[in-house]
Amino acid sequence: MANRTMNPPAGFSRRDLLRGSGAVAAAAAVSQEARTALAQEKGAKVASGQQTITLNVNGKDSQVKLEPRTTLLEALRYQLDLTGAKPVCTDGSSGAATVLVDGKPMQANTMLAMQAQGKKITTVEGLKDDAVPKAFVDCDAQQCGFCTPGFVVGVRAFLNGKPKASEEEIRKGLNGNLCRCGTYANVIKAAIQVVKGGA
Amino acid sequence: MAVEYSWPTKDKAQAIGKRVKRVDGMAKATGAAKYTYDVNLKNQLVAKGLGCPHAACTIKSIDLEPAKKVAGVVEVHPLKKAGDKIEFQGDLIVVVAAENEGAAAEGVKAVKIEFEQQEVFVKDSDLEAAKAAKRTSAGGGKAQLEKEPDAGENEDAFAKKEIERLLKESAHSVEGEYGIDAITHCCLEPHGSTVEWKDGKLTAYLSTQNVSQTAPGFATPLKIAASDVEVKCDYVGGGFGSKFAADYWAVAAAEISKKTGRPVKFMLDRDQELKIAGARPSGYIKVRLGADKDGMITVWDSEHWGTGGATGGAVAQTVVPYVYAPKNYRRNAVNIKTNNGASRAWRAPNHPQACAITQVALDDLAMKMGANSLDIFMKNLGTDDKPLVAGAKPSVYKAEMQRAAELIGWKDKWHSHGKGQAKGSVVDGLGMAIHTWGGGAGQSACKVRVHPNGDVETMCGTQDLGTGTRTVIALVLAETFGLPYESIRVNIGTSKYPASGASGGSTTVGGICESHRRAGQDAFAKIAELVAKKLEVDASKLEAANGRIQVSDNSSKSVSWKEACSLLGMTPLETDANYARGTKSNLSSSQVGGVQMAHVEVDKETGVVRMKKYVAVQDIGLVISPQQAESQINGAIIMGIAYALFEQRINDPATGAFVNADLANYKLCRLGDIGEFVVDFYEPESERKRGVIGLGEPPVIAPGAAISNAVANAIGVRVHPLPLTPQRVLAALKKAKA
Repeated sequence: MANRTMNPPAGFSRRDLLRGSGAVAAAAAVSQEARTALAQEKGAKVASGQQTITLNVNGKDSQVKLEPRTTLLEALRYQLDLTGAKPVCTDGSSGAATVLVDGKPMQANTMLAMQAQGKKITTVEGLKDDAVPKAFVDCDAQQCGFCTPGFVVGVRAFLNGKPKASEEEIRKGLNGNLCRCGTYANVIKAAIQVVKGGA
Repeated sequence: MAVEYSWPTKDKAQAIGKRVKRVDGMAKATGAAKYTYDVNLKNQLVAKGLGCPHAACTIKSIDLEPAKKVAGVVEVHPLKKAGDKIEFQGDLIVVVAAENEGAAAEGVKAVKIEFEQQEVFVKDSDLEAAKAAKRTSAGGGKAQLEKEPDAGENEDAFAKKEIERLLKESAHSVEGEYGIDAITHCCLEPHGSTVEWKDGKLTAYLSTQNVSQTAPGFATPLKIAASDVEVKCDYVGGGFGSKFAADYWAVAAAEISKKTGRPVKFMLDRDQELKIAGARPSGYIKVRLGADKDGMITVWDSEHWGTGGATGGAVAQTVVPYVYAPKNYRRNAVNIKTNNGASRAWRAPNHPQACAITQVALDDLAMKMGANSLDIFMKNLGTDDKPLVAGAKPSVYKAEMQRAAELIGWKDKWHSHGKGQAKGSVVDGLGMAIHTWGGGAGQSACKVRVHPNGDVETMCGTQDLGTGTRTVIALVLAETFGLPYESIRVNIGTSKYPASGASGGSTTVGGICESHRRAGQDAFAKIAELVAKKLEVDASKLEAANGRIQVSDNSSKSVSWKEACSLLGMTPLETDANYARGTKSNLSSSQVGGVQMAHVEVDKETGVVRMKKYVAVQDIGLVISPQQAESQINGAIIMGIAYALFEQRINDPATGAFVNADLANYKLCRLGDIGEFVVDFYEPESERKRGVIGLGEPPVIAPGAAISNAVANAIGVRVHPLPLTPQRVLAALKKAKA
């Protein structure tokens, strides 16, 4: 699973954010103030309630309104109507929600939208002129197509890191994306085509 | 003049049989394709369901009030009430619709329910335990014997006596236990819908493999006319047999939309998708098999059992033993009811399990005899005059076996079971299996419209499960009109188009080829009449090729397609076709055979099985779209590797909980697991002339047995049940050593 990336901390933790969400906090034993103080002691920022943030997606800044608990995937899909990244799992194990964040493959469903502020986000929609989707079509590396956008971004990220990847490296390196229809054989061909094409 | 519907010969074909790019490929590869999950309607609510945490319980009380108080929750919609019994984990109790996913999830958590738990039963592999728990029911059986009972003799008693006699007299015998665990459909796009109720009418964007037949599933409970429901599905993220119906959760979404006046999106969570939205029955068997000195099976005797979950059911007895039909056999099936979500049709219902639990016994015969498995599989086919197999002709299977053996290098790589040269702790092995499927064309209607400017479009209430439906239709019309396939505008995916059957049972490609070739040829005949007048030739002499309509033996006499269409005047030409399933036709037929071979490596120290090479040789009559057909076979092999090596539903025996209902623990095949594939279509003229036959099911049938047989060949020990996990491989090796 060489290209499965854990999302690194980005100034504040997911747990702190979840605690900071007003509705959930009401049910907790510790008071909002106490937790806020505790979090700030650790150097974390606490956000609560409706937020307006700016996300840079596919080279364009967009303002989105969301609660702190909103994942990047939800923000992309519901607020920006960028539905290429798919909700298939909740833990990143399917790779269907793969996007590039500052060039690194990340699972948009395991990352909060607020963590993506100030970063450059590239979704599959931003790769429409890239060699990877073209290679997927040339090699018929798709059936139902639901996993395809995540796979396209996954292949792009992998080949950015290893532009001259051998077939063996491709077979070892692209295990972060699940496909139920079984398109892997042609995904391998597509990745090889991109390597050979030098894209 | 009546049009005779037919396909061009191989040398005349311009579009069909050519490798082409999927017409909707770029939309799928760039995120432009909108699946049900992706349809966002203005002002929509997002719903989530509360699934029952227990596998068997009665609801004592439900308190919805706390959920209603959650900020952002708009509607709380109960599906069950106090006193209701629940028989499997995940069954939906309440649906909460809210402004966003977070609020819906919080609302679900806030619902207060008291349960009274009941005893569960989930040990479907244990027939004695199932009997003791009174969870079994008869699944039917049959005895087929060459000899007849004496007059007045009890048939069952005679069969028993005769079976024992044949077993005793056999030169070789096998007694085996085999099995295959239950798996789920695990569609990557979960079941669900985005629905909009407006002015007494419903638009349902439904993740479905059945756009034309699901409207009544909404209309009846909502008490509106089916004609006031439009079911739409441009793209569906996997179905595999589990997405034929509207389903109660989509109806719930529609009811919430009706009540709130807002569109509602309700897609199942991943765990719910695995728990309640479809599973394949498990199958376990005890077999006794006898053969003569040459390895010809003389007698088969088996009892098998398994579960379809809360609705009971098991692998149908009619397909045991699988494909091979020895002269004497007795079979019996037992259904077991367990506390799991109900099974749904899973790609080639019954066949993959039947193949995996019976063609292993045939291979065990080879192992016991020290024979070459290929010889045993081949000689038991019988002859075309006296076939000992179902489905395709023995000569077809035989030719496919020879081809597959060549492609995998069977002759060079073969060693007797367990006698391979180990490299360290790793040994390799070969295995094979064969399969059959009907795949006759399904019902399909379409409307083909040719515009006076030459543009061609078609409307058909079918869907694309990933088969390449749009591409196949485009190729058929391109062939018929002599046009580039990219120029054909294919419209599918709504119940407002001419009705076509569900995509199930390998019926879609046959159906859409029937309807479109017919409507296309009818349209061409009308245009040819106009052209014939203009060119002053006989219309029957005209053909469509390379964007022109020309005299077949004098291509200098021709008009361009556009010029031909301009003869239509102001009005587009429309032709309709409606192919009824079962109608005899030159364009399609049914019954295919396929042979698959696996080459694996097994590490005897770790128990890990790795795929080296896999060969699939498949007859599907006439191949319309070879690239997409090949992809479908690749996919079937990969699904097969998954259920042969990795995939299983795991229940906690005490609570019945489905403990691996997530994608980290429900193990599917990944890209690095597949090895090398070789796919070959068996398409000599004898098969091609049979016309189109469906492909969705057949290639997914054989992998379980082929891979199990390859593992047995490698290590000289049968591992069961499937999936052949490292633990099971090691346990089997340990048992054999003891």
